[in-house]
Amino acid sequence: MLRLWRKIRGTGRVAEPAPPPPAADRPDAAVGLRGSVQVRHVDAGSCNGCEVEIGSAFGPVYDAERYGARLVASPRHADALMVTGPVTRNMAEPLRRTYDAVPGPKVVVAVGDCARNCGVFAGAYGVAGAVHDVIPVDLEIVGCPPRPEAITEALRKLTGR
Amino acid sequence: MNPTGVGLGVAVAVGVLAAVAAVVAPQRMRTAVVGVGTAACGVAGMAAGICALSGTTFSLSLPSLLPLAGVMVTVDALGGVFLAITGAVAVAAGVYGIGYARQGGNGRLVQAVAPLFVVAMLLVVSAASVGTFLVCWELMALCSLLLVVTEHQRRPHVAEAGRWYAVMTHLGLVAILIGLLVLTANASTDSFPALREAGQHLPPTVAAVVFVLTLAGFGSKAGILPLHAWLPRAHPEAPSHVSALMSAAMVNLGVYGIVRVGLDLLGGGPRWWWLLVLTLGAVSAIYGILQAAMSTDLKRLLGYSTTENMGLVLVGVGAAGMFAAGGDRVLAGLALAAALLHVVNHAAFKTLLFLAAGSVLHGTGSRDLDALGGLRARMPATTAAFGLGALAASALPPGTAFVSEWLLLQALIHGLPASGVATAIAMPLSVAAVALTAGLAVATFVKAFGVGFLARPRSDAAQNATESPATMLAGMGIAGAACVGLALFPTLVLPVIGSVASQVVGSASPALADAVTVRLVGVAGSLSPLMLTIALVVAIVLVIGVLRAVASRRARRAARLWDCGAGPLSARMEYTATSFAEPLQRVFDNVLQPETDVDVTHARESSYLVEAVEYRRRVPDRIERRLYQPILTLIGAWGRAGRRLATGSVHRYLGYGFYTVCGLLILLVVTR
Amino acid sequence: MSALGLVGGVVQPLLVVAGSPVLVGVMRQVRARLEGRAGAGIGQSWRDLRKLFGKESIAPRGTSEVFRFAPLVLVATTVVVAIVVPFVTTESALDPVADLFAVVALLALGTVALALAGLDTGTAFGGMGASREMTIIALVEPTLLVAIFALSVRVGSTNLAAIVSSTLHDPARVISPVSLLAAVALIIVIVAETGRLPVDNPSTHLELTMVHEAMVLEYAGPDLALVELASAMRLTVFLGLLANLFVPWGIATSASPLALLGGVVAVAVKVTLLGAMLAVGEVFLAKVRLFRVPELVAGSFLLALLAVAASFFLA
Repeated sequence: MLRLWRKIRGTGRVAEPAPPPPAADRPDAAVGLRGSVQVRHVDAGSCNGCEVEIGSAFGPVYDAERYGARLVASPRHADALMVTGPVTRNMAEPLRRTYDAVPGPKVVVAVGDCARNCGVFAGAYGVAGAVHDVIPVDLEIVGCPPRPEAITEALRKLTGR
Repeated sequence: MNPTGVGLGVAVAVGVLAAVAAVVAPQRMRTAVVGVGTAACGVAGMAAGICALSGTTFSLSLPSLLPLAGVMVTVDALGGVFLAITGAVAVAAGVYGIGYARQGGNGRLVQAVAPLFVVAMLLVVSAASVGTFLVCWELMALCSLLLVVTEHQRRPHVAEAGRWYAVMTHLGLVAILIGLLVLTANASTDSFPALREAGQHLPPTVAAVVFVLTLAGFGSKAGILPLHAWLPRAHPEAPSHVSALMSAAMVNLGVYGIVRVGLDLLGGGPRWWWLLVLTLGAVSAIYGILQAAMSTDLKRLLGYSTTENMGLVLVGVGAAGMFAAGGDRVLAGLALAAALLHVVNHAAFKTLLFLAAGSVLHGTGSRDLDALGGLRARMPATTAAFGLGALAASALPPGTAFVSEWLLLQALIHGLPASGVATAIAMPLSVAAVALTAGLAVATFVKAFGVGFLARPRSDAAQNATESPATMLAGMGIAGAACVGLALFPTLVLPVIGSVASQVVGSASPALADAVTVRLVGVAGSLSPLMLTIALVVAIVLVIGVLRAVASRRARRAARLWDCGAGPLSARMEYTATSFAEPLQRVFDNVLQPETDVDVTHARESSYLVEAVEYRRRVPDRIERRLYQPILTLIGAWGRAGRRLATGSVHRYLGYGFYTVCGLLILLVVTR
Repeated sequence: MSALGLVGGVVQPLLVVAGSPVLVGVMRQVRARLEGRAGAGIGQSWRDLRKLFGKESIAPRGTSEVFRFAPLVLVATTVVVAIVVPFVTTESALDPVADLFAVVALLALGTVALALAGLDTGTAFGGMGASREMTIIALVEPTLLVAIFALSVRVGSTNLAAIVSSTLHDPARVISPVSLLAAVALIIVIVAETGRLPVDNPSTHLELTMVHEAMVLEYAGPDLALVELASAMRLTVFLGLLANLFVPWGIATSASPLALLGGVVAVAVKVTLLGAMLAVGEVFLAKVRLFRVPELVAGSFLLALLAVAASFFLA
């Protein structure tokens, strides 16, 4: 107990200072969210690289939660879907159902190059297509995998903070 | 004319007429005639009870009606309470029975017995001499036994339940018989006033023998541990309106007997008597509700819940006796009033619950909670009725049992500073027991209602359920109205009950009530169930109003259940009653000692591949197994040993007779 | 009904409704700072609620009125408790309801409504959450009642206003063994009842470890907002009850504006401090397995029983 307390005292704040808020191109659907975005993450067939980066974005260093974004357990609680990876055949229908389960207004963020245009998996036999082939996408994050800064910046566009 | 006497007379006459009518009426009219007759008998009985409660007592002596002792009938205030309860239950059960009995169980004998059963119960609480009491008691036992075995041809379990019930109820009768005869031996006649007088100067050991014997007999009727074994067998197997009569009216008479003999005829007694009652009550309450929490059979669950509620009542009776023995009459009156109010409340909600369970059985043919579910869509009225009953039974506001359990806890709490180390140890433990019971009751009834009626159907039977006919719904409606009335306006009932309790223990009335608030007398405490309910309703309306103002005006969108995107959820994925109770079962593992076996069948090709896994779990009644099984085994062994004497040879039997006569003659010669 | 009670009956629910999301915000902020993060700010819970109220409601197919009414009942029970419990003023607007048993039972009623809603959905998670919640409440309720018993024995009443006033008049009681034992028992029970660590993790994303969250997985939009608001309010109410049962000072005994202001500030400070302490404690604790929870609650039950014994033998 005491060791943990010393560790907390010794570490102090690890969150990096917040960069200036991103400029413009905020998706229309996100305007109604006003400073709070609950995110449900859907792995539609990713190599888990993007997951690691999403994990870092919500970790203490980048601390996406400080801008009002939070990961939640159920799409019913969510405002945004973060979809990673090319959409595989088996995940196309579940992704559609997840999208349907989210109450409006809702936004979809395609995280990483695979989600945007299937990346290196383009044309593979098990891939049904990019995310925008299955559900409407409002925001895309470039990178393979995208850096946590990029993910955090996209989330800030959604929350507007 | 004495209105109480008229009421009782009419009730008996109508009941007997209905029984006769059942024998002579043609089959298609039979259930209607009997149902109306039973209900009318109930109305008359209830009226007699209410008249007795308002102060008109009634006495009648018919010396020549029965040989040896004659018949003596007296309806006083204490009897009036039980008379009114029995009558009210009979009204609901009678109306309900019209529709219920149509689908079977409308045989001549069974139909004729039902009104007689009600009449017997009404007479038990009116009896004023040992002879009358025992005759009525036995009549009641026989009638209920015949009703329990109604469906013995359809289900083999019924016969077994009937055997258990027959044996235990008669052992109880023997205990009561011996107890009351010992008491009568010390009195001038067998009438209750004479016994009351004899009770004042009875030697302590004799009084203790009388009390313990009658406690055993009456306790077994009330389903108190360890003599409860018949109850969870007989109640589920009886037709549902009979279950309601047994569970809501008949078991109360056990409590009546304990109060009548212990507090009235014997006039109190030492503290350890009541400590015994309190302990038995507390243990029964916890054990009963634990078994109920594990039950997956809807009616068995309700049967165990009866054991629990009678346990709570006995906690109140025991506390009343302890306070009275300690000289604290005010608290004694309070505790007894709490016990009696709980008897009334229990009668109301248990009638409703059993009738609703019967409706489920009628609509689906199943009472297995693991196979039910989703009934709210197909049986909305039954669902509403059971929901109301479940709320009432789980002691949550604005439910019925909440008021009486609150009163019971008040009595226990204020009892602590009263006197003595015995009270100081008993009271906190009984508060803990009552509280644990309340907590488990909530879990039990959430299980019964949530798993049985909500969610999606778990079987075809539940899928194709049909709502019950109007008469059954009417029966449930009567019981439901009683529940609502008792929950919101206990202020109407409590002063009456309080004055009865104070008469029994000889104190001033322990509770007063204005239109909305119950106030205790002598100790601090007040509660207003009506105000609480109104506040709750106003708060709900307020929340809806605020929600309308601030929330989005979008229409509610229908969507598929969230199935993790993996396709429709099947009914097999739902939590069942068994799985719902599993965490509780683990917590109380040491008490319940469930039996589980897991059979793994391996594939033939390799023992590393599993072909099938079979999992079985059973929660047996542990007391039954530990206490009754050895006795039954012993009796069986005895019987087998005795078989050697009976070889079937006539010569041998004649020989037995010869030797016996010779032996007797020798005995006579020696002793004379 | 006195003027003081009436004012309390209006001020208290407003304070609880407005303040409880802030309390949750403070607790999250404290945790964030201890974990080295910046945190979303104490207003984040209100922003979440504002957004949820603006979203669309969803009626999952196959659910009934039970599912739709449960959030209303949950909030309403908590509002009634907030009206009657002496937080700001010593007198209660509805004195015959301000009974400790009634309050405990009302809060249990809210939990039951939510558990029934969980079962009503017919999903595996809903049933699982309901089953676990009911197991916990079946064990928590007796402990609550026995702890209350210990506190009310010396006052001779279970009326909350009476208990609070009696402590005000006799401050030495607070450090008696009875009070301390009962306080520890109540704290453990409150942690279990409000679904905080180590009993339940309010921010878990693993369905298999969920208790409260599993029951509300199907709620969306305004319904979810009500559920979240209610759980924040329940936390506030429990902490306020704990604070005023043991440290009632600062509570308004007269209806003057200054005394009322003092009462509001006092209860806000006490609850915030308790909440912050709870949040600090959570950083140091891991969630215990579900089947270890009964041991924890049984321990607190024993403490409560000891408190009762002490109240008799030390009296």
